[in-house]
Amino acid sequence: MDRHYVRKLPAMWWLRKRTYLVFMLRELTSVFVVAYALFLMVVIWRADDPGSFSGLFDALDSPVGLVLHAIVLAALLFHSITWINLTPKVLVLWRDDEQVDPRLIAGANYLGWAVASAVLAWLVLK
Amino acid sequence: MAGVEVTAESRPATPLWWLLFSAGGVMSAFFMPVTVFLTSIAVAADWLDEEELLDAVRHPLGRAYLFLLVSLSLFHGAHRFRYALVDLGLPWLGRRAWLFYGLATIGTVVCGWFVLRL
Amino acid sequence: MAPTDSDLSGRPVVMDVFRFLPDEETEPRFQRYEIPYRDDDVVLDALNHIKAEVDATLSFRWACRMGVCGSCGMMVNGEPRLTCETFVNEFHPEPIRIEPLAHFPVARDLVINMEDFMDKLPTVKPWLVPADPKPIEEGEFLQSPAQLAAYKRFSMCINCMLCYSACPVYGLDETFIGPAALALAQRYNLDSRDGGKAERANVVTSHEGIWECTYVGDCTRVCPKEVDPAGAIQMAKLSYATDWVKSMLLPGG
Ligand code: SF4
Ligand code: FES
Repeated sequence: MDRHYVRKLPAMWWLRKRTYLVFMLRELTSVFVVAYALFLMVVIWRADDPGSFSGLFDALDSPVGLVLHAIVLAALLFHSITWINLTPKVLVLWRDDEQVDPRLIAGANYLGWAVASAVLAWLVLK
Repeated sequence: MAGVEVTAESRPATPLWWLLFSAGGVMSAFFMPVTVFLTSIAVAADWLDEEELLDAVRHPLGRAYLFLLVSLSLFHGAHRFRYALVDLGLPWLGRRAWLFYGLATIGTVVCGWFVLRL
Repeated sequence: MAPTDSDLSGRPVVMDVFRFLPDEETEPRFQRYEIPYRDDDVVLDALNHIKAEVDATLSFRWACRMGVCGSCGMMVNGEPRLTCETFVNEFHPEPIRIEPLAHFPVARDLVINMEDFMDKLPTVKPWLVPADPKPIEEGEFLQSPAQLAAYKRFSMCINCMLCYSACPVYGLDETFIGPAALALAQRYNLDSRDGGKAERANVVTSHEGIWECTYVGDCTRVCPKEVDPAGAIQMAKLSYATDWVKSMLLPGG
């Protein structure tokens, strides 16, 4: 076969387009999900002993601790929103002869997210 | 350029990892933000004091909840991060599936031990 | 003073076109052409004008001029587009940069080699594999409107390859079967007349198949026929994963 010119995708391809960048940021929320899961493991571990438990939270009750939490929270909110927006693509439902509107599925998920958050907050805070 | 050979190697565990990734995605999407809120803002603003938080963590339901959240989130993150590494041009690392799912499994076991120890 | 419409239409269309002549040059280059502006020209018209009036050595593919044949796909200012459906006035008077579809080997100028796709396509068996073969005498397979709707959008593909050009997973690793072919597999899996899902599993759920897709989603965004390959692939993941769970719960079943 004739000679071809082959182009290689540069390692920084995800900076080329907005859609690629949003995708990569979405995938990298996994770092924050794992980081917070590991933090929760520390919380459970320290819950063994009230002194060590409150020591952990005293250490976090600082500007640095709050900033860290704010960053994690922002990343996790982005994860939740992008996750729910993609859910109707995986979950395609049919009612009788008609496809259930994808926006309805996403909407139901947003509602579920709100209810789940409210119930958990109420259970812990009440 | 020769045609690409499709090897059709069967990988029986893949659907399992994807299902765990999806379950972890739902679990973390629905419950992680509110959990962060409870452990940070709510504590900082004194809506929740540390003893109450400790009680919630030690409560059997709290423990079961945290175990599920931690374990599924680890599998979710392991799967997604491993593919992100492939997409970032590091397939030699991202393709080591056993490394990532192995770490998530170890995390799950350790978390289970922490939870049972309380 | 802001230029008025008449000022603008007096300005030429500036095209920076990717050139690669394998027999004469080792590296590609960009060549600039300036041609008269006509309001209702599409990018393909501009290229045809160049070929007819300015430079007959320029090579590119096209056939139908109406978004049906799928042969005129190119990168227009970095986006995969059908050039017969992309109007020059979308960019004019800014220069328009034309390149061959990304990720594919370039045979000459704007002509890509899509043999790779042609080799992959039959491996997903994009045809009806009847569940229980029925002799012709028994008549046609009937299908309700809902059964048709279940796969219709995934059947509109014109093999234009824009989705492969938008897919970084394919760009990084050309062994990935890719959006259009996997969408077509799912199109047949969803067809009520088809029973080939298990037969397709070998390839569709292989190393090179659906599990390689990380759902970047750009294939769906660029598809001129609204096929939604990304959605088809996610549906296939759920469907094959469900089958896998069933096979675990009912061994031998
Ligand atoms: S799925 Fe869409 S973008 Fe991809 S080849 Fe078919 S028509 Fe073109
Ligand atoms: S020339 Fe046929 S699709 Fe553009």
